[in-house]
Amino acid sequence: MSQPQDNPLLNGLWKENPTFVQVLGMCPTLAVTNSVRNALAMGLATTFVLVCSNGLISMIRHQVPKQVRIATYIAIAATAVTVTDYVVKAISIDIYKALGPFLALIVVNCIILARAEAFAAKNSVGRSLMDGLGNGLGFTLGLTLLGTVREVLGAGSFLGLSLFGPHFEPWVLFLLPPGGFITLAAWLLIFAWYKERKTKPAPSAQDLLDARS
Amino acid sequence: MNDSLTQIFIDSFLINNFVLCVFLGMCPFLGLSSKFATAWRMGVTVMFVITVSSILAYGTNLLLTALHVEYLRLISYIVIIAATVQLTEMVIKKLSPALFKELGIYLPLITTNCAVLAVALFQTVRNYDFLQSTVFAIAASGGFCFAIVLLSLVRERTDLSDIPSLARGTAITLVLASILSMAFMGFAGMGGGK
Repeated sequence: MSQPQDNPLLNGLWKENPTFVQVLGMCPTLAVTNSVRNALAMGLATTFVLVCSNGLISMIRHQVPKQVRIATYIAIAATAVTVTDYVVKAISIDIYKALGPFLALIVVNCIILARAEAFAAKNSVGRSLMDGLGNGLGFTLGLTLLGTVREVLGAGSFLGLSLFGPHFEPWVLFLLPPGGFITLAAWLLIFAWYKERKTKPAPSAQDLLDARS
Repeated sequence: MNDSLTQIFIDSFLINNFVLCVFLGMCPFLGLSSKFATAWRMGVTVMFVITVSSILAYGTNLLLTALHVEYLRLISYIVIIAATVQLTEMVIKKLSPALFKELGIYLPLITTNCAVLAVALFQTVRNYDFLQSTVFAIAASGGFCFAIVLLSLVRERTDLSDIPSLARGTAITLVLASILSMAFMGFAGMGGGK
């Protein structure tokens, strides 16, 4: 996917952002982003798993036979996730409850397998660790952007701090499932628009008139 | 928690629909819903995998609890699911090579469909007995099948309409999913909510 000269950290963080460019790992992206705190916690947990699994897989990439590689990757990811599960439980039981089953479900997050297959299986340990970190942080960024929009509109707060004072009528829809879908759609549109703007100049008035007729 | 079988069925089929209300199984939901024919086949295949793996996971959980090695739960569930998917693959290959070709890469990818693992984990967390778990698995996977078929029917229509080029693909699908999800919120009143 990426050129050897590229910086894997920046690549995962921005150019190939897991959420907005690769569109991977949609389930947790939509499910736990109803507040910024949950989004951050989920993003960091995934980053940890991603760094662990990428590093381990890269370490043993010459020893694993091709036929059983997927099973091996999943077993490694499941081990890292079990560790994360217990660590989060020990740090904060509130966050553990809020994330619920989605913490265990990191193991079937497509990002983990996609990075293992596309990057860690072919690159050195150092680069794979950076790639895991970059993609994990990119995922965290995506989750946080989504979480910010949903929390600000849906609850009128950011990280639990009230923003608009007591008379704000929360737009509850954004905390509920439909809000998740529509916020993600909006972010994807913004990213697509930004990309198109960078490659193509803005259309002139005449172009717009032609397009309408 | 609702305990009667009917309640479990309605709750996981409509009120807490796995795809539209709990956000599980998004990847095939977004990736395979462009055509009705593929969507319903995928839905039925996933139903089969979820039901079989739920039954197997129930047995495994009994074994793990008896041996006091609950921390192996996640890993063993994953292995069970991978095995079930392998089994399904062989069955489909034998019964219908055409369907096997059509599903292609998405068939092995059912392993990483989070709905499958979620059913196994939820039934453990909620302490369902055998019958309850089976009903739960059928209802939840049926809900997945229902949602993906509904979305595919709408998407076949939107293919013919004039959508701005920026929104084509994932973005418009997400907007459609959002509207579907709003419609499903209407079911929340059934059975007194959660």
